Amino acid sequence: MSVVQKGADGLGRGIDDRLGSSNFVRRSLNKVFPDHWSFMLGEIALYSFIILLLTGTYLALFYTPSLSEVVYDGSYIPLKGVTMSEAYASTLHISFDVRGGLIMRQIHHWAALLFVASIAVHLMRVFFTGAFRKPREINWVIGVGLLVMAILEGFAGYSLPDDLLSGTGARIASGIMLSIPVVGSWAAFLLLGGEYPGTELLDRLYIAHVFIVPLAILGLITVHMMMIWYQKHTQFPGPGRTEHNVVGSRLYPVYAAKAGGFFFLVFGVLALLGGLAQINPVWLYGPYDASQVSAGSQPDWYIGFLDGSTRLMPNWEFYLGGYTLSLNVLLPTVVMPGLIFTAMALYPWIEAHFITKDKRAHNLLDRPRDVPTRTAIGVASLTFYIVLLIGGGNDVIASIFNISINQISWVLRILCIVGPPIAFVITKRICLSLQKSDEHLLHHGIESGTIRRLPTGEFVEETVPLPAQYRLNLTRVAGDHEAIEGGHGDPGYDLEAVGHAEAPRSKGFFRPKGVSRVDPEQAERTEVGALEPSGKPGSPPQ
Amino acid sequence: MNSTATVRKRRKQLSSYAVVLLALSLVGTLYTAFGAPEGQAQDAPANQSMAVKEGRELYLTGCSTCHGLNLEGGSGGPSLIGVGASSVVFQMESGRMPLAAGTQQAPRKPVKYEISEIDQIAAYIQANGGGPELPSADNADLADGDLQLGGALFRTNCASCHNFAGSGGALTYGKYAPELKSASARVIYAAMQSGPESMPRYGDNQLTPEEKRAITRYVRYLTQEADNPGGAGLGRYGPISEGLVAWVVGITALVGLTLWIGARA
Repeated sequence: MSVVQKGADGLGRGIDDRLGSSNFVRRSLNKVFPDHWSFMLGEIALYSFIILLLTGTYLALFYTPSLSEVVYDGSYIPLKGVTMSEAYASTLHISFDVRGGLIMRQIHHWAALLFVASIAVHLMRVFFTGAFRKPREINWVIGVGLLVMAILEGFAGYSLPDDLLSGTGARIASGIMLSIPVVGSWAAFLLLGGEYPGTELLDRLYIAHVFIVPLAILGLITVHMMMIWYQKHTQFPGPGRTEHNVVGSRLYPVYAAKAGGFFFLVFGVLALLGGLAQINPVWLYGPYDASQVSAGSQPDWYIGFLDGSTRLMPNWEFYLGGYTLSLNVLLPTVVMPGLIFTAMALYPWIEAHFITKDKRAHNLLDRPRDVPTRTAIGVASLTFYIVLLIGGGNDVIASIFNISINQISWVLRILCIVGPPIAFVITKRICLSLQKSDEHLLHHGIESGTIRRLPTGEFVEETVPLPAQYRLNLTRVAGDHEAIEGGHGDPGYDLEAVGHAEAPRSKGFFRPKGVSRVDPEQAERTEVGALEPSGKPGSPPQ
Repeated sequence: MNSTATVRKRRKQLSSYAVVLLALSLVGTLYTAFGAPEGQAQDAPANQSMAVKEGRELYLTGCSTCHGLNLEGGSGGPSLIGVGASSVVFQMESGRMPLAAGTQQAPRKPVKYEISEIDQIAAYIQANGGGPELPSADNADLADGDLQLGGALFRTNCASCHNFAGSGGALTYGKYAPELKSASARVIYAAMQSGPESMPRYGDNQLTPEEKRAITRYVRYLTQEADNPGGAGLGRYGPISEGLVAWVVGITALVGLTLWIGARA
């Protein structure tokens, strides 16, 4: 043993004597995570958030959240001598006169767009595989909360530069608040500290953006991950994988190396975007002035669906005894998102009570085709969302493709009502056909391409029966796995090769009747470490 | 007496003719003295009248089918009396005229005429009905204005349709505010003076010539000279193209990398 090793050993022992942490660390390092690429989508969001914190801290060093007026005297010539808010002047200062300021701003903004986008992608993965089912409903709700928080955080950040675009956005936000019956005017005055734009808006948005909302996000992320840790990650069904085990790689070294490397990959993509693609050129928008607005003023993409719903909404406005009821703003920007996010948060219970009537706990994931109704609901919802998102850009689409904006709007109005049911039916049919093709594969095997002529003159194609492991995946019966593999502790062969989604498997539709299942709630899930460099899968931690 | 009566009758008729003649000549004299406008091309220098003559020839060949032999307009095009030289410069130098097909709005096309020919037609139109005309024929002169003032005026008056970066924008029913990158200083200035299509006309009392020069300067600076810090401009359509890139480039790349790293053992 070398001197260094001895020293490290002594240090570790010293810490352990005082904190007793080695047991925890050892257990944690040996925590097993199931291997599937789609389980890493949420990590993109996590890493984007870390990059947002890092770049945001840098930006906060130079940004001044003040609406007091200054005369710009920086190095951007076309605005020299122009009167503007201190906030906007400091944003220009960051963009042109702070070393690395522009790339930090751009990475920050790209990371914000990708933060919300990766949350959306992760959400779709969780939804379509049924990972939100019992016992993970609470974590699903936390995830929806994170999505809403991320959108709010993004909006607050969008409003900080106080350029023409962000001021226009804040104006629309105040209009949305005003549309709320009874309390709207009070809420808007309370938040803005008076009539729009007031003098308080930026200070408050700044505190929300750099402190309150990030703290909330950080807290929610912590709970989100602790629950994953405690409940253990779901896994796709496969040989050796059951409702009460986890098959995959240990946190250390495989998963840690993967996750660490992945962080730098995400950072790399964001840095490339920040360096190569201009985002929000605030200097071109000019300082905010309530009398000005630019064509193509849009929110960032994650608010685009609300812009779209407002653009597609008929102009309903009523006057009731001296009061204005602006349904044209209230319905698409307050009521609709409220309903959408509530339904999203409650979906696990809605599904368990009304759709699948399956209230059991699940640790194994579904293939989307095996739960056609859920998959169809998801695709129908996405269709609705995408139609609204396209609606939010109807002017840019009209301008680029030379189409009448009125025609686009009418097509989208019809589509957002007719589209989702059509998408629902089509998706469900596709799911059922995929199940049928699975069944065909199972019963008739793979087409071999060899044609044989029978004595009667008939031609038939020979089929090869499915290899055992694929057949197993198709039928996907937990009891079978255990029986065939000789228990879930020892998969017996290369899990990496067969444990991926491309191996066809199915559930429900083909499950033979009378197969008893262990109630996963009752059973503590064991963790099975596979494919360690030491070549001792499943061996107990040293 | 019969003959005396006839003579008297004739005299009466003649005198009434004389009164009418007298009245007409009086009105005519008064009109020439006070009411008649100065001839438009009367004081024009010789080369100007040459240009008008040449312009008339070009007009009769290329424009009169729709706009009429005497600028009076017709079923194919509006009257050109009073539109001024600016309108000709805007419409022809951007290739919008001569019109190729009846669309919602005349699109930019390759220019069919030499600049000198356009100026001749402009002189002809200007000579017959007047209207706004460019203060200078020189692009550099027209764009010689205050950049900062131009920016402020551009954001107030132009950005609402042409977008903050002059990338253009949609109007109702297939009409649009075109992008400004391909507009010369003459065309930009002439557009403000003549107010084509849906665009408002900015008279010199709304935007002074200095202010118009400033706006022209800013637009030219924005679309031609300004360097583009921060990388590719993504068409400068605002957050729409940024969102598209975030999904198509960003998320695609990240999901691709996820697939790649997920396949590593």
